[in-house]
Amino acid sequence: MFDPLILARFQFAFVVSFHIIFPAFTIGLASYLAVLEGLWLWKKETRYLKLFNYWLKIFAIAFGMGVVSGIVMSYQFGTNWSVFSDKTGPILGPLMGYEVLSAFFLEAGFLGIMLFGMNKVGKKLHFFATLMVAFGTFFSAFWILSVNSWMHTPAGYSINDVGQFVPENWFEIIFNPSFPYRLIHMLMAAYLTTAFVIGGVGAWHLLKNKTNLCAKTMLSMAMWMASVVAPLQLVAGDMHGLNTMEYQPAKIAAMEGHYETHKGAPLILFGIPDDTNMSINSIIEIPKLGSLILKHDSEAEIKGLKDFPKDEIPKAEIIFWSFRIMVGIGMLMIVVGFWSLFLRFKNSLYTSSIFHKIILFMGPAGFIAVIAGWITTEVGRQPFTVYGLLKTVDSVSPIDAPAVGLSLIIFIITYFIVFGAGTIYIFRQFKIDPASDKGIPKKVGSLGVSMKFFDKA
Amino acid sequence: MSIELIWAIILSFAIFAYVILDGFDLGIGINYPFIKSKWERDLAMNSVAPIWDGNETWLILGGGGLFAAFPLAYSIVLPALYAPLTAMLIGLILRGVAFEFRWKNKQQKNIWDQAFIIGSYTASFFQGVALGAFIQGIPYADRAYSGMWWDWLSPFSILTGLAVVIGYGLLGSTWLIYKTENRTKRNMQRLARRFFITTLVMIIIVSLWTPYLHPEYFDKWFSFPRILYVLPVPLLVFIGSIMCFRSLYKNHDLQPFLWSIFLFLLSFIGLMISIFPNIVPPSLDIWQAAAPEKSLKFLLVGVVIFLPIIIGYTSFTYWIFRGKTQNNENYH
Repeated sequence: MFDPLILARFQFAFVVSFHIIFPAFTIGLASYLAVLEGLWLWKKETRYLKLFNYWLKIFAIAFGMGVVSGIVMSYQFGTNWSVFSDKTGPILGPLMGYEVLSAFFLEAGFLGIMLFGMNKVGKKLHFFATLMVAFGTFFSAFWILSVNSWMHTPAGYSINDVGQFVPENWFEIIFNPSFPYRLIHMLMAAYLTTAFVIGGVGAWHLLKNKTNLCAKTMLSMAMWMASVVAPLQLVAGDMHGLNTMEYQPAKIAAMEGHYETHKGAPLILFGIPDDTNMSINSIIEIPKLGSLILKHDSEAEIKGLKDFPKDEIPKAEIIFWSFRIMVGIGMLMIVVGFWSLFLRFKNSLYTSSIFHKIILFMGPAGFIAVIAGWITTEVGRQPFTVYGLLKTVDSVSPIDAPAVGLSLIIFIITYFIVFGAGTIYIFRQFKIDPASDKGIPKKVGSLGVSMKFFDKA
Repeated sequence: MSIELIWAIILSFAIFAYVILDGFDLGIGINYPFIKSKWERDLAMNSVAPIWDGNETWLILGGGGLFAAFPLAYSIVLPALYAPLTAMLIGLILRGVAFEFRWKNKQQKNIWDQAFIIGSYTASFFQGVALGAFIQGIPYADRAYSGMWWDWLSPFSILTGLAVVIGYGLLGSTWLIYKTENRTKRNMQRLARRFFITTLVMIIIVSLWTPYLHPEYFDKWFSFPRILYVLPVPLLVFIGSIMCFRSLYKNHDLQPFLWSIFLFLLSFIGLMISIFPNIVPPSLDIWQAAAPEKSLKFLLVGVVIFLPIIIGYTSFTYWIFRGKTQNNENYH
């Protein structure tokens, strides 16, 4: 426990898991705000403006938390993983540099106008600012996922005489083999996460009042997203899985719980993996389906963990489960999406209380799926930081355990207080009826006037 | 000019931009304990609310740029400054969320105002400590930091920590002179005068102490004929101080802030004179620490394209929110 490596890994896992919650939400929410403002400008219906103002406040809180937890990330590489930084800096540094230049400044620069500029700039310029913030979140995802993907499927590099990775071909580096899949998979995950939060809030208000127009709009928009994107996400996830099969077969074996190499491998739905004895007590399995899904051929061979070098395999005991949590939630989202289409067809989307209750319950589902998915891919990359080339144990800073341990404790305490409070404030905002003007102060200059400004314009 | 040198200049620019821009909004937090009324506190907060996030982004550019252009320096300096940087990050978290959270808290005594103060002081102080520890020099061996995790702690680094708190206090109070009027402005002028005097004292002590940290620093300032080239720096500090002091006694809006920036610029140039061409004092220079040319060139393209655009829209945002801050411009 007092090994600096373990502490540094735990610290990174903690701060990055906390951080991903906010981008997973704000990527989708920034786009949602842009859509709402665009719809308002186009159709001039007040419900869109009300929803825009409602979600803008939530966006401000979530985005602020994303920024401060993100700054921590940009220093983690150096403080805790200095050897990794020295070796990968020539490749990953410029990619992150592009993220700062093309995304962070764009978001931060236009966020001020988006939040405070309503009655200072024209409505078209304000819409432009909202769009820039949304683009910023997208560019940010683009670059950081390229960085992460390169760590999984390094390409376009050579190694110099001091052991640094040196760029040879930037196109191959940026568009490394797993990047397109990871980018699409994560962006859709972010959209689904946001959609289920919005749907959850809409459903909550519909449970209180079935005629609430703003709540209906939220639920309807969210369920369109779910019914279209959730099935697409299944396709994207499958493609990402095939890509992983090609480049990181050990990760797949661990996710699937395959210790033995099989021809015509079964799909293990449920079992208890045991890394110590390298065996799984599978309880429910479907013959041949594993090979069919992973190789699209029911007789194909799937290599088991036993046939990889012992010091190069990830922990099945973790990612077997995290993978199932992610997939399970994804399946639920698909079911809910189709159910919503059925209810829409029957004209009872806004009246079915049981459906609203389930949607409310599924509000945080996206966050759980996102974290479970990231645990799967990141723990699955172990024991490497740069897959196959640089081991985690060789990446860590020469820092003593007390420094790492102490900072870990301080991060944990601060994060729980600060982000706990933020979550409470977000929930307080959720509680406010989006259709009412309650919670919107009427005094001069605040939202009351912004709305007047818009109505006049 | 070599590309390594161009990158050293870009990074210096990013760090200086950060120091000034986040300096004045961290300075709002430094001034907060001396601003008593809720109305004035709201005003101070509103004066930076639309821009603080952009200001802080320069810190990420500084860190990210160091990682990209000088990865060896990044991987030596950050572990060496582990504790002060962690403390700085915690401080930045506390004050960063306070911008939003303080409006959500309806209690009489707002704990997020306290978080804002504590966070601002912590972040500023430990930035200064990190600076001091950096100037003292960082030992390394085999491409890695070779000291202990508390080596940063010294009387000099404590002093630079205090100096940065006070200096940011000056930037914050002169910014508020620019953004407020009437009684608030007069209060800020009174505060700024105190911060100005203490800033000047700090500049003098740090400047006199630094050359004695390393014989090399001493030579850079006092050997002949170098002394002739560097002499304008203290002379300009003298002139800048007089101008700053004068402007604080007249009813100027923007001048005190600009003269404070001028003093920061001179201090920054002084630091550069001491350190150059090293990027990790006392012995790792920018050429040894630089990333391969392909990395430097690739990101340089991005800087050339994006930096003018960034400066453009950042200036535009400042222009939109120009003039005296009013307390009715928030969306909360």
